[in-house]
Parts: sequence; C-alpha cells; structure tokens
Amino acid sequence: MPSLLGNIFKGWTDYSKGVEEGGHHEYEHMYAMVIDLDLCTGCNACSTACYAENNLAVVGEDKFGARQAMHWMRIERYFDEPDLDKTEATTDADTQSRGASFLPMMCQHCNAAPCEPVCPVGATYHTVDGLNAQVYNRCIGSRYCANNCPFRVRYFNFYDNAESWPAPMDQQLNPDLSVRSKGVMEKCSMCLQRTRAARDTAKREGRELKDGDIQTACQQTCPTSAILFGDLLDEDSAISKVWKNHQVKLGTYKQDKENPELRGYRIFEELNVDTKVLYLERVREV
Amino acid sequence: MSAQQSLAHKHLTQEQTKDIDENIEWAKINADVLRSMENPRRGYWVAMFISVALFSVMIYAEVHQYMFGMGDAALNTSHMWDLYISTFVFWIGMSHSGTLLSAILHLVHADWRKPIYRFAEAMTTFSLLTAGIFPVIHLGRVWNFYWVMPYMSDRGLWPNFRSPLIWDAFAITAYLTSSVLFLYIGMIPDLAICRDNAKGWRKKLYTWLSLGWRGDDAQWRNFRFTYLMIACLLIPLAVSVHSIVSMDFSMSIMPGWHVTTFPPYFVAGALYSGCAAIITLFILLRYFFKFEHFMTFPILDKVCKLTFVIAMVWTYLNLVEFASVWYGHDIPSKEVLIAKATGPYSPFFWGMMVFGSVLPFALLSQWVRRNMYVLFFVSVFLNVGMWLERWMIVTPTLSMGYHPQAFNIMWPGWVEWAMVGGSFGWFGMLFLVFVKVFPSVSMYEVKEMVYHRKRTVYEDVDEMMELHSGVPGPAPNGVPAPQSTGGA
Repeated sequence: MPSLLGNIFKGWTDYSKGVEEGGHHEYEHMYAMVIDLDLCTGCNACSTACYAENNLAVVGEDKFGARQAMHWMRIERYFDEPDLDKTEATTDADTQSRGASFLPMMCQHCNAAPCEPVCPVGATYHTVDGLNAQVYNRCIGSRYCANNCPFRVRYFNFYDNAESWPAPMDQQLNPDLSVRSKGVMEKCSMCLQRTRAARDTAKREGRELKDGDIQTACQQTCPTSAILFGDLLDEDSAISKVWKNHQVKLGTYKQDKENPELRGYRIFEELNVDTKVLYLERVREV
Repeated sequence: MSAQQSLAHKHLTQEQTKDIDENIEWAKINADVLRSMENPRRGYWVAMFISVALFSVMIYAEVHQYMFGMGDAALNTSHMWDLYISTFVFWIGMSHSGTLLSAILHLVHADWRKPIYRFAEAMTTFSLLTAGIFPVIHLGRVWNFYWVMPYMSDRGLWPNFRSPLIWDAFAITAYLTSSVLFLYIGMIPDLAICRDNAKGWRKKLYTWLSLGWRGDDAQWRNFRFTYLMIACLLIPLAVSVHSIVSMDFSMSIMPGWHVTTFPPYFVAGALYSGCAAIITLFILLRYFFKFEHFMTFPILDKVCKLTFVIAMVWTYLNLVEFASVWYGHDIPSKEVLIAKATGPYSPFFWGMMVFGSVLPFALLSQWVRRNMYVLFFVSVFLNVGMWLERWMIVTPTLSMGYHPQAFNIMWPGWVEWAMVGGSFGWFGMLFLVFVKVFPSVSMYEVKEMVYHRKRTVYEDVDEMMELHSGVPGPAPNGVPAPQSTGGA
C-alpha cells in the first residue's frame, strides 16, 4: 500500500511541472528531427523503410482504402493552389502548379503531447529520451489518444495483422521489436530500438553517445538526405545547429524570427503542443 | 385556442383534470399493481422476443469483434470513435430521467411524481447498465477492461488519473451503485406487499428482498431518512456524471469538442432525453397494464410541460455553443460547425435541430398532450433528435479535425449498428423482466398521495393541533394514516 500511494506522490513534481511548463522536461536526451522539404521528392522510400524496420502490417488495398492502414510514416500529397491555374504559369510544364507538394508526416513527438494525459491506463508516455512512447502491452485500445492527436498519426490495429506476413515473409521481420496484436494503438517511435541499441553499443565501448551514432530507418533510406535526426540537448549535434540556424525554439507557440527568409517551421505550432519535428519550407518558384 | 383544443377542453371530465382519483380504494391499488406483475400476455412475449433477438445480434457482433478485431465496425484512422461513444452518451443521458423525477421532485415535494417515478428509476438503472456496456465493448482489447480500475497491482501500475475516461469509470460506477440503492430502498415497502401476496419462488424472493419489513414506526422513520439521504446524494451525482461524460470531449483539444459549455449542455440534454423516454414508457405502461388510474392525463401533462421547459434550456445552451464558436472565431472549430450545418452531415444536423428544438413546441398543444398516439410518436422523435445530437457531437469533429489530410466522411459498419440495436434489446429485456418481477407503480406512495389529496392541509394542521393540545379537531374523513400501509 505505501508503495502504491508512494508512486503517485513520487511523480508529483513531474505532474505539476507538466502543468506549468507544458510537458515533461527532465530529459537525458531530446531526440528530434528535421525534414527538408526542398530535398523531399515524395518517393516514399522513408515510408517503405519504416514498414520494414518496424514490422508494420501491410493491410492490403481494401483496408487501405478504408483508411485502416498502418503506415507510421506517410507522405502527404498536396496539389498546388487552384488559383495558380488561372495564371499563364499553368502552361509551363516545369512550374509547381503542375506538380504536387509532399509532406512526410509521422508522430511529431510533442513535448506537451495531447495523447498522453487522455490515455486511461497511461500506455503512452514520455521517455527520458524526449520521445513519446507507446507501451503496447499496456494499451487497452480506448483510442482516445488518436482522437486527441491533431496530426492523425496514431494507428490502431483494427485486425490481427499476423496474416500480413505469410511464410516465408515472416522470416524478414525485425527481431528487435514486437509485432503488435489487434486492438493496440501504435505509432512512430523514431526507431526507439535503434536508439537503445546505439546506447548499448556506446556503453559497451565505454564512451558517450555521439552525434550520428543513431540513424532512423527513414533517415538512412532517404535518397536525398532530407531527414536529419539527433539530440537537441547536444549543442554540437548537426540537428541542434539546424534548429539554431533557423531560429526555431521549443516551448513557444509563436516563433520570433529575425529573418523572414528562414525556412524552419513546426506544424500546428499555434496549438502549443511543442512538436519536435522541424520542417524546412519548400521554396516555390512560380 | 384552436377548435380542436377547445373541443378537447370541453370533453374533459372531472377525472381527467385531477392528478389521481381520490376515492380510489387502497385494495384496488394493490390489486391493480399486483395484477400487472402476473400472467404475461402475448404482447409481452412478442416484445420479449424482439428484445432477445436484438440482443442476440449484439452478442454475435461482439463475438465477431472479439475474434477478428474492430475493423468491421468501419472505424478508421480518423474516426476512432463513432456510434459506440455516441450511443454511450445517449444511454447515460437517458439515465437522468429517474433522478430528475424521483430525487429532485421528491426534494421539492412534487407529489404528482409518485405514481410514475418507479419505472423512471428502473429506466435509470437499466440505461446505466446499457451505457456501461459501450465503453467496454469499444475497447480494442476488451479482455483488459479492468485496467481502468485502480486495483492493487503487484507492479504498482495504476490508471492515469488525468484521463477523463478514468473519471467516467468512477462517475458511472458511483452513479450506478447509488441508483440501484435508490431504486431498491424505495421499493422495500412495496416488496413487503408483494411478499404478503406471493407464492412459490416469488415468496422467497420478496421475503429476502423486503428485509423483514413490517411497516412499524421505527422502520418508516429509518426508511424516510435513508430515502431522503440517497436522494440528496444522487442529485449532485447525476449532475456530475454527465458533466464528466461531456469532459471526454471538452478536455480534448479537438475543434468542436473543446467547448466550455459542454457540461451544462450535456446535463440539459440528458434530462431532456430522459423526460422524453419517460413519456414513451408512460404511454406504453398505461396502455398495456391498464394503469389509467395511476398514470393519468394531468400527470402526463406535467411531464410534457417539464419536457418542454428542459427542451428550451437545451436549445438555449445549443445556441450558446454555436454562438461562442462563431464569435470565438477559432477557424477549425468554425469549419466544423459550418460542415455540420452545410456539409454531408447536414441532414442529421438539421434533423437534430428540428426534432430537438422545434418538435417540443408541439407539447404546448393540449390536443397533443392528450392524444396518446401522437404523443407517443412525438416522444420517440424527441429521442431520435437527442440521439442525433450525440452523433453530431462525436463524428463531425473526427471527420474534420485540424489536419486537412485526414478530412473524410465515414458511415458506421454493421458491427456498430448491431451493437446499437442490441443495446435497445438489452434495455428492453431488462425492463420487461422488471415490470413482471417488481411493482412498476409505487403502491405505498400512491396511497400516500391519495391520502394527502383527500385530506386538505388544514385537516393535517388540525390533527396536529389536536395531538399537541389535546383538543379534538375535525374528523380526518376516516382515512387511516399512511404509516399503516406497509405489508397491507
């Protein structure tokens, strides 16, 4: 009994801090991401890599059409503004109005994640790595987290997707993480298994983790190197430099940039969910 | 006044203007109510068959969902909640009728509630039992539902007390417990009457349930006090339980859900749909059990007027919600509101407005209030409107949300419809069993009502004066005091 009540009060400072500062902040690392949309060609390699790395279920065409797909990383496609069609630019095959824009979208690992307070069993929480993690064993599938996610990046196992891997496909499953059963919510973990493995390796070799030790599957696969992943708490990491150069700060819902040319932005910043994925705007030449 | 109204007015007999026939024999009250508990007729079995059939379909759907996952409910990545949650809110709303009619009107001494509150309380209990099914069956992993309870786990794992779903679990459990207690305790004197008239297994059941009720003074005193205490406890619970249900939505950040007026709005909606359901069941019971002596037109009139008032409160809060969204000028919320009114959901939205806000004006007409057939359909459609309201809260927000990429429209799958239909079957089943096993009209309270109606308040005062001064007052019309009714 004392230990049970103790557990509540032990986390009390965290709870109150969460209220005052919007989220959990006692991080050992703060893994974050940068995606340069100028470099993104919308080739879907990241999405495919994610499927392979994270044992994502392939649901098939019907269920995909019913919006029951399990893609943790999806490429959103936006066609250009319709009023561009009225200009003569439409006649030029090379302009943007002929094509589409792409936005790779996955869990934004919000510091003040709306999914976390609403889970009835606390299955989704923030790790000390600054990642928003999902405990599959604990999830009972109330799906409130998905409803409260403004990005719609949490995916639910509507079916038992084990048949997605008929023999011998099951031989290529990644042994570093589980295959989720039906009724469980899942989402991008920024390849947490890779983070853990890199940390173990570093420890075995008796050194600190250094920038570049960890690569997410999408980052590794991106043919144009549009994706960058790293620790924001490490001042010298490549990713901190990008965040600093683009003058994007955490913990605010409105960025105060000196130079309007700077391309960095976060999605739905005004919701104050404090996302940790920085997008670099696509430069349009119309 | 229209021609029909004046016609109806002219034809009112004296019986039709009085809440209850004051000269009704007490033996007749007992006999009528006890008769309603015997010999189910063919209509009863037909209703029972339909209910059981609907419930069986629900069981089949649940087994299917348990075996194959929730995919066939047609939920998707944008619409993680749909009919399960809206029907849950609907049934929780229904459960507010009993509290309103029994507890609130008990406290304000509105004695016209007495002949009709018992079935309303049963409705409360059974609709809570129905509502409680939905948060469980909507879980992806149903078999782990008890994880929302703070049970003593070796691992020290407790639920997340920040989640409104946990508040729900506590609120509903507390409300269900006290509703069952309220229903049961209020029934003890009647169970004693049943005990005295029953044979066979019923005798055993009622003997056990009536807890040795003899109807002596001490028992009546304790009974009154207990009943009053639970009534007092139940009112804040009823307000809080639907407020907490509304927080499932208003605590989220989604446009269309993140609304501060949701708690009063939901409570008003709950009382509204509860009242409409009371009218429906009132008419059914009156018709099938020949309860014309107890469930009279003047009482129905009062219920209808109450329903109208609550409907107007609900309409007002609904408009307040729209207005605050409009003037708040939060673009996504405004988009959701506009999409509700003009988008693919507009038939349901306007259906809700017409059935919820316009149709109750029909209750202003005395002709409607006195016409059983018309009133029955009016009350059913009021509830259809309220069901649509719940659906219009849950679904359009999920269809729109913040992220344009996720905008889409959904239509519930067969599993969801089967569960919704089955919930009515389950409710019907419970209610049909109830009316044959327990007295659906409170015998002792009807006697009380007759007693008080027959004796004017002055006679009571005279009697009291007599008690205190020893001076004999006017004779109390030979009516014995209600304390002696128990076990009669």
